[in-house]
Amino acid sequence: MIYAEILAGGKGTRMGNVQLPKQFMLLDNKPIIVHTIEKFLLNDRFDKIIVVTPKEWMNYTEDIISKYIGKLESIAVVEGGSDRNESIMNGIHYIEKTIGVSDEDIIVTHDSVRPFLTHRIIEENIDMALKYKVIDTVISAVDTIIQSEDGETISDIPVRSTMYQGQTPQSFNIKLLVESYNSLTTEEKAILTDACKICLLKGQKIRMVRGESFNIKITVPYDLKVAEGLLKGESGK
Amino acid sequence: MINQVYRLVNPRHFEVHYQDVSLTSPLVAIRPTYFSICAADQRYYSGKRDKEVLNKKLPMALIHEAIGQVVHDSTGTYKVGSNVVMIPDDPKEENPVIEENYLRSTRFHSSSCDGFMQDYVFLKPDRLVPLFDELDLPTASFIELMSVSMHAIRQYQKRVLYPAKTIGVWGDGNLGFIVSLFLKNMFPDTKIYLFGKHNDKAEHFSFVDRIYYIDNVPDDVTIDHAFECVGGYGSESALGQIIDHIQPMGTIMAMGVSEYPVAFNTRMLLEKGLSLIGTSRSGRVDFVNTVSFLEKNPHVREYLKTLVGSVQVINKIADISKTFEHDLMTSWGKTVVKWKI
Repeated sequence: MIYAEILAGGKGTRMGNVQLPKQFMLLDNKPIIVHTIEKFLLNDRFDKIIVVTPKEWMNYTEDIISKYIGKLESIAVVEGGSDRNESIMNGIHYIEKTIGVSDEDIIVTHDSVRPFLTHRIIEENIDMALKYKVIDTVISAVDTIIQSEDGETISDIPVRSTMYQGQTPQSFNIKLLVESYNSLTTEEKAILTDACKICLLKGQKIRMVRGESFNIKITVPYDLKVAEGLLKGESGK
Repeated sequence: MINQVYRLVNPRHFEVHYQDVSLTSPLVAIRPTYFSICAADQRYYSGKRDKEVLNKKLPMALIHEAIGQVVHDSTGTYKVGSNVVMIPDDPKEENPVIEENYLRSTRFHSSSCDGFMQDYVFLKPDRLVPLFDELDLPTASFIELMSVSMHAIRQYQKRVLYPAKTIGVWGDGNLGFIVSLFLKNMFPDTKIYLFGKHNDKAEHFSFVDRIYYIDNVPDDVTIDHAFECVGGYGSESALGQIIDHIQPMGTIMAMGVSEYPVAFNTRMLLEKGLSLIGTSRSGRVDFVNTVSFLEKNPHVREYLKTLVGSVQVINKIADISKTFEHDLMTSWGKTVVKWKI
């Protein structure tokens, strides 16, 4: 089975003083998360699309899905966890409880606030996750990456050609991810915020899928302005 | 949903644009799978259209010869996963006499609105025709061009004044190949003569009854009716030669597009009482007829497979220009695109 998991755990704190979490903000008169879910709905290889959201926003999430997309059995709204990885795991627990997990099952996890992803990115995540088990979506770094241990002085300037920026989707063989995550200590779980990193530390080879520069994450008001700018004036040619 | 539309913004320069599309609208969502490049797309890409035309139409997504897979259908007409050919006409009215491809109000994808170079294409259910399983998909990518041939032959059948013993086809390109092939199979008792220019191209027309090279046509060769599939600067000499060799009251089907005014011998057109009929594009009925014709004629499908010059994979935006440049260098066959962007 192939699952999509849309991570909508954000509570909007980075968006300034807005009360609505960023995934629910409108982009061209439609909540950002709806744009994202719709892109996954157009890929019939998914057996289920799981939307993970904070408990207090579950009703709201269900309401807007119903309003903009309709009531669909292929979409399940599941309560998120205390952090990103816990939310991913909650989605997997839902699968374990309702359907069960077999050795070949994969999950394509994606930020709800990256609505610009493409058919190709999703397809390549699925194809490569079935083959290689763990996949990250990346783009080549355009700017030079500077590393600083103390935030004041530069500790390293890595060679740019070997640097990439991580996007989503990140896709996993479900059993491998669960196994890797469960082997972490509580302290490790608190530090490791990236699910691919968990697999990397467990010695798993992770394949890369080429993302797109426009597969932006709408995190701060500037990003929303950029996203609105991309869509502006583009309706119906 | 945010849909990516890959538009030509200036000759030789593509950019991705974004459009919001609602999945609840009464449209079918199709993921394009295979395209083929038409000479009309190539004229936009290489900047061969008038500057005024380019200024008016660009930015615009190119490609109107394409097939795809249904991924979502809120109308319930098609099963998800069905392979379909997309019809580029988008008629806005019905007319009892004028067919949809001749109505001035009809929009045409990659001419008056965005073509099919998109992440997903959204069309009304009647703008799709389902394909059958045995059909080779790269070959199916240029069904639109086949439907243009089918349309011209249907118009010919409706308007020709007497049955043909011989039909001449002028033009040894892709269109000439398809028209000749369809004519030979639809009218097996009629002799089909090809009038070509290039030895290496004309040699592909193994199924015609006779090949004449346009610089060496004996004066006594006659044909009953003719299909002109040349276009461009060559239209003029082709029409001139047709008028010289066609029988009185014959019918000339003009199919080749020319950007330039074409002069020909109107005195002889009048004296012979000829009919000159222009045809352009095709409508839904022609797509349906084409798919049905292909289903019934597997050997025709095999001939058409030989027209697939190459299958280029487009995986990123830079590949689009590379593929158009490749097509410019290709002298024979269709450049087919596997759309993996």
